[in-house]
Amino acid sequence: MTVQGVSRAFGGIQAVEACTFEVAPRLITGLIGPNGAGKTTVFNLITGFLRADGGSIRFKGEELLGLAPHEVEARGVVRTFQHLRLWGKMTVLENVLLGCRTPLGESVVSLFLRPARVREEEATARRRALEVLEFFGLAGRAHELAEDLAYPEQKLLSMARIFATDAEVFLLDEPTSGLDADSLQRIVPMVRRLVEHGKTVLLIEHNMELIAQLSDEVVFLHQGRVMARGRAEQITRDPALTEIYFGV
Amino acid sequence: MLAYIAHYLVMVGIYTILATSLNLLVGYSGIFSLAHAAIYGIGAYASALAALQLGLGFWGGLLVAAVVGAFAAALVAIPSLRVAGDYYIVASFGLQVVILTVFINWTSLTNGHAGLPGIPRPRVFGLVVDDPFKYVVLSLALAALTYLVCRRLTASAFGRTLRAVREDEIAAAATGKNVVAVKIAITTISSALGALAGSLYAHYITYINPTSFSLDESIFITSLVILGGTERLAGPLVGSLILLAVPEALKFLAIPDTVAAPMRQILYGALLIVFMFVRPEGILGRARPRRAA
Repeated sequence: MTVQGVSRAFGGIQAVEACTFEVAPRLITGLIGPNGAGKTTVFNLITGFLRADGGSIRFKGEELLGLAPHEVEARGVVRTFQHLRLWGKMTVLENVLLGCRTPLGESVVSLFLRPARVREEEATARRRALEVLEFFGLAGRAHELAEDLAYPEQKLLSMARIFATDAEVFLLDEPTSGLDADSLQRIVPMVRRLVEHGKTVLLIEHNMELIAQLSDEVVFLHQGRVMARGRAEQITRDPALTEIYFGV
Repeated sequence: MLAYIAHYLVMVGIYTILATSLNLLVGYSGIFSLAHAAIYGIGAYASALAALQLGLGFWGGLLVAAVVGAFAAALVAIPSLRVAGDYYIVASFGLQVVILTVFINWTSLTNGHAGLPGIPRPRVFGLVVDDPFKYVVLSLALAALTYLVCRRLTASAFGRTLRAVREDEIAAAATGKNVVAVKIAITTISSALGALAGSLYAHYITYINPTSFSLDESIFITSLVILGGTERLAGPLVGSLILLAVPEALKFLAIPDTVAAPMRQILYGALLIVFMFVRPEGILGRARPRRAA
């Protein structure tokens, strides 16, 4: 995926300015920078939740800018949210089923005219959802409400939900924020496993140690601009960038 | 007395259709509409006019009612549901007011306040449904059909998407759901079903005028949904059985008519307030949704 000269201003504030970087396939790219650097804005621009003022975001030769969020998802780019946005009053299984492809079951016409095909599709989706939950270690909680899960499990569920979509590019917004050391041990390997399953990951993360440990490449954002791009260890050890990041 | 009970059951059937279709919006989709009485009226007028002016039979009238009802709702839903949030409440309020004004003022078509008399009784499979007992069967059969349609819709991937959109539109869009299309679809379906009730009513009473389709009526239908329990398919039936019994019960008390009408409104209001405090999820409602997926 290529992000080329993307900009977005909110009133007089230039949140993202001529942002250019690449997300390499089947690798983990870390998007880092101090608070207010524009990281989440970049996520919102890629996934169609915000309109860009200019620039281009291309994936597999297709322009993503100008598409609605569900159209971006249909082209294989999905995201999680920092505040998870699970469907808390629905079960864990339903949360994942909503990620699965069920075009016939979602079509009012097919529901009434092709009931057998709809039933078949739903059975396949359920099998798939349970496999995904198994993969994320949540199969035992399938019938509980999402809001009843512990926070680390909710984080896993937010990843499971997008994993079920079969998308190729995963945008993970702070997957480890608010987790203790033990929970990190559950989440971090899971991000790695995504890549082993052929996924491409773009990751917003505040923990520099984790970024160094997880990312293959790092994009450093500051005041909406790309300050540096490169290998993780190279960026995280750059004293000038560290100064901007920590303000020391 | 039996005819009296039959009439009560016919009206329960009609209001169950109205409340079940509104429940698709209020309960399952979190879209609050104040235009359901207008949709009910559109169904009644469309069907009555189809019979009186075009000579269409009952089934043809039902179809016309559903199509016109769906079209009217889509006209408002398409622009207003593109905007997130509670904008549709205002838009639907506007639809209710506009439609009622049309019923009253387009006299060449609707005959204004004087209404449309002489709507023919339905003929179903060669049989004229001309007394309340036969009409009970027709009314409850259509209510059951509405129930089955709604059950099919809600117990499916489509229904799951509705609930996801209701809970968090942004998450639904990020997971690939076309939120606007889903909301427009359910508003249109709900209105098509609501308009069927109007058709059933027009052919039962054989006379319609605008007073049956006012904002008060919209609020009354909403009360049926809330009392019975939102997001429960049987909720509207329970709500209708109880709230339609209230005026009938008042008739047995020696209260003059001038007092009974406002008394009824007071009772509905009091019931709603009591329910909001004691059981906001309604009679059949769950404090928490089912655990099974």
